[in-house]
Amino acid sequence: MVRLNVNGTLREVEAEPDTPLLWVLREQIGLTGTKYGCGIAQCGACTVHLDGTAVRSCSVPVSAVAAEQKIVTIEGLSAGADHPVQKAWAALDVPQCGFCQSGMIMASAALLAQNPHPSESEIRAEITNICRCGTYNRVLAGIQRAAESGQGSRG
Amino acid sequence: MSIDTRPGSAPAPAPSPVRPSRRGFLAGAAAAAGGFSLGFHLPGTGEAIAAPAGAAPEVNAWVVVRPDETVVIRIARSEMGQGTLTGLAQLAAEELGCDWARVTTEYPTPGQNLARARVWGDFSTGGSRGIRESHELVRKGGAAARMMLIEAAAQGWGVPASSCRAEKGVITHAESGRTTTYGSVAAEAAKLPPPKDVVLKDPKDWTIAGQPLKRLDTRPKLDGSQIYGMDLSLPGMLNAAIRDCPVTGGTVKSFEAEAVSGMPGVKRVVQVGETGVAVIADTFWRAKTALDALPIVWDEGPNAGVSSASIAAVLREGLDAPEAYIGNKAGDVEAALKGAERVVEAVYSVPFQNHATMEPMNATARWTPERCEVWTPTQNGEAALAATAEAAGLSAAKCEVYKIHLGGGFGRRGATHDWVRQAVLIAKEMPDTPIKLIWTREEDMTHGRYHPITQCRLRAALDRNGDLTGLHMRISGQSILAAIMPQRMVNGRDPVTFQGLNPSGPEATLGYAIPNILVDHAMRNPHIIPGFWRGVNMNPNAIYLECFMDELAHAAGQDPLAFRRKLMANHPKHRAVLDAVADKIGWSTKPPEGVARGIAQMMGFGSYVAAAAEVSVSPDGKLKVHRIVAATDPGYALNPQQIDAQIAGSFVYGLSAALHGACTVKDGRIEQTNFDTYPVMRLDEMPAVETIIMPSGGFWGGVGEPTIAVAAPAVLNAVFAATGKRVRDLPLANTDLRRA
Repeated sequence: MVRLNVNGTLREVEAEPDTPLLWVLREQIGLTGTKYGCGIAQCGACTVHLDGTAVRSCSVPVSAVAAEQKIVTIEGLSAGADHPVQKAWAALDVPQCGFCQSGMIMASAALLAQNPHPSESEIRAEITNICRCGTYNRVLAGIQRAAESGQGSRG
Repeated sequence: MSIDTRPGSAPAPAPSPVRPSRRGFLAGAAAAAGGFSLGFHLPGTGEAIAAPAGAAPEVNAWVVVRPDETVVIRIARSEMGQGTLTGLAQLAAEELGCDWARVTTEYPTPGQNLARARVWGDFSTGGSRGIRESHELVRKGGAAARMMLIEAAAQGWGVPASSCRAEKGVITHAESGRTTTYGSVAAEAAKLPPPKDVVLKDPKDWTIAGQPLKRLDTRPKLDGSQIYGMDLSLPGMLNAAIRDCPVTGGTVKSFEAEAVSGMPGVKRVVQVGETGVAVIADTFWRAKTALDALPIVWDEGPNAGVSSASIAAVLREGLDAPEAYIGNKAGDVEAALKGAERVVEAVYSVPFQNHATMEPMNATARWTPERCEVWTPTQNGEAALAATAEAAGLSAAKCEVYKIHLGGGFGRRGATHDWVRQAVLIAKEMPDTPIKLIWTREEDMTHGRYHPITQCRLRAALDRNGDLTGLHMRISGQSILAAIMPQRMVNGRDPVTFQGLNPSGPEATLGYAIPNILVDHAMRNPHIIPGFWRGVNMNPNAIYLECFMDELAHAAGQDPLAFRRKLMANHPKHRAVLDAVADKIGWSTKPPEGVARGIAQMMGFGSYVAAAAEVSVSPDGKLKVHRIVAATDPGYALNPQQIDAQIAGSFVYGLSAALHGACTVKDGRIEQTNFDTYPVMRLDEMPAVETIIMPSGGFWGGVGEPTIAVAAPAVLNAVFAATGKRVRDLPLANTDLRRA
């Protein structure tokens, strides 16, 4: 039995200890907003927050997460998609296919939480998620817009 | 173990019953109330379809208006990020005259299309054809519905329909001042016969189409509620992971199921056709874990010795082969070359590329001896249905496919449905159990339908003025059609190979008048299966043609823009986009210190495109693309802000391939297995992209693909301007750009 704090709720799940957090979230807990894209921490589609820090959940074995650590997924980032990053994304129509965007949004939110006013070069260096549709310029503009809103550091 | 634990994941009733079949629709994202609503009936689960609150009969196949004035527009093509769902809805809504704020969408199923004499036309979503080939059908659907709604109101009032008009879903009879709404008369309108003569609006009168409207499908992509094929959950569903023979043409020799059958969650280990083995388990992770531990012995077949080097040798031979299919011929190119003041020659090559959609291939299938159903992200629901029926051993009428939103398509999910076939074959092993097959990234990377491998030898004749008098382009390499659509070949020839190099036509015409020209193709087909990869053959052809034009300009001592323009007098639309990017990037002015420029143009998918790039290359050989200017003339611009998104995205797809991407072959198999060995562009490399959308009217061109073709040559020509190094062997990573 594995105990996890996911989006503020304590969950108990049956999973082998080496099961990646990603698949526990998706298959045992049913939170499919966190995506599988590569399984080797390359693409970032599986990004979630672990105690406020962006992690690639495909490469975090569930046994490495303690019950008191706070996991936040895209479903728990905000109520009503009103996190400044989500609002900026909506304003700029950022997503295309959208598959990478949960990870993009979670990575961006974590960046702003730690660095509320990142420079363009800091954004380019920190946001390493892959998008194949090619939304990068709107992702960049979205992060800048969220930062300008002055609420970007909201966790 | 609980698999289906999501709140709200129980199948919802269909949003609207549909005549004649009550089999439901898959709700489009925007139609999904509460974020997630899968509107399909699940036969065998004992759940009746209750008519949902607010149900209304369709006005016609395209339009449903509910009593609450919600307008549901049916979309036949697949949304994979390109915005076709919003664009097609704009077209229907424009003619319908409804309130855009109340528009939602839904997908009809391929089975319904089949049962209704293909009332929605072609489901195929590729070749940037979604809008340009269905706009008339969709617009007529919207216009006919408007006429029926007005007629219903007019009959109710006892006045002629011609005395009524409709705007934003409100019908007005001006003389009496009476008004009613679409939602109020929809049920009566549904009983009327469809109008015979439907007149469409002049695009200059558009108020919804042509506007930079927001996408309809954004909201659920912001909070994780958008359901992709991979996210599907059905009651009692199991999961499968598959390994197909790593060498195309090989087969399964043996596998030791008992070695893994006791592992957690494992239900079955099954062979899939002749070539694959799958593990079925309660969760995907457990299926994958067991598959990784499963000993499999392959018979790798006749292709096990093939390598990139052996393929390249075959293609090189084709460069000089005496026989080739002709794509464009005028004058006498050999005579021109013989009589030339100067002959310039170069050989270019492009490698295989994987589509690398962010969502790997997946499908969920349930099979019984009487019926087979598949839920899958597909660019062509009808082709998916055909693949389902074939694998199921049932008629298409006994099968159904429910299209799920795609996590990227780019051509991979359209022409071949190899993963659907696999899913059905797996489901047949456990009748009446829904099984979701997901490919790992490694399976996806090594079992693609690759951007075809080709080489090209170009020979040009320049006269004493440096003018181009003759050009021979010999393409040697793979034909997509030969491998996956042989029925579309013409006397053994693959016309797609010549995309962008055709002498005439509305689709993909060469923009230069060259008095003596020969473009021909020596078809050489390696065993690696090719496919339509976003941009298709226009991409390599643009690299070959437009980089070589740059070479010729330099050889002639002429400005690359001026050299091209002299050949474009008969091609004003090609020239207009080229001029537009040249003007905007400031071609006639000196670039910033340390920065060099390149330019390229092409026509394909019915649209005219050009790009100009500004780059710099550091002394240690590192390329930086600073700025891109891109122009498109698609005839009509249905949603300019979405076109802008497609153009910017085209540089990610095109430059990922040009700078980094290559799928190489060793021991008969693709060597790259994931994004660590198949790098793609990320935000750190993304240049600023300034778009110029210049619709000239009178034709409908696509926007999702054409710009990809000019991305690479514009940048590679700028790299030459910066370094004096000509990149002919793609990707650019193969060329050392360090200063000597």
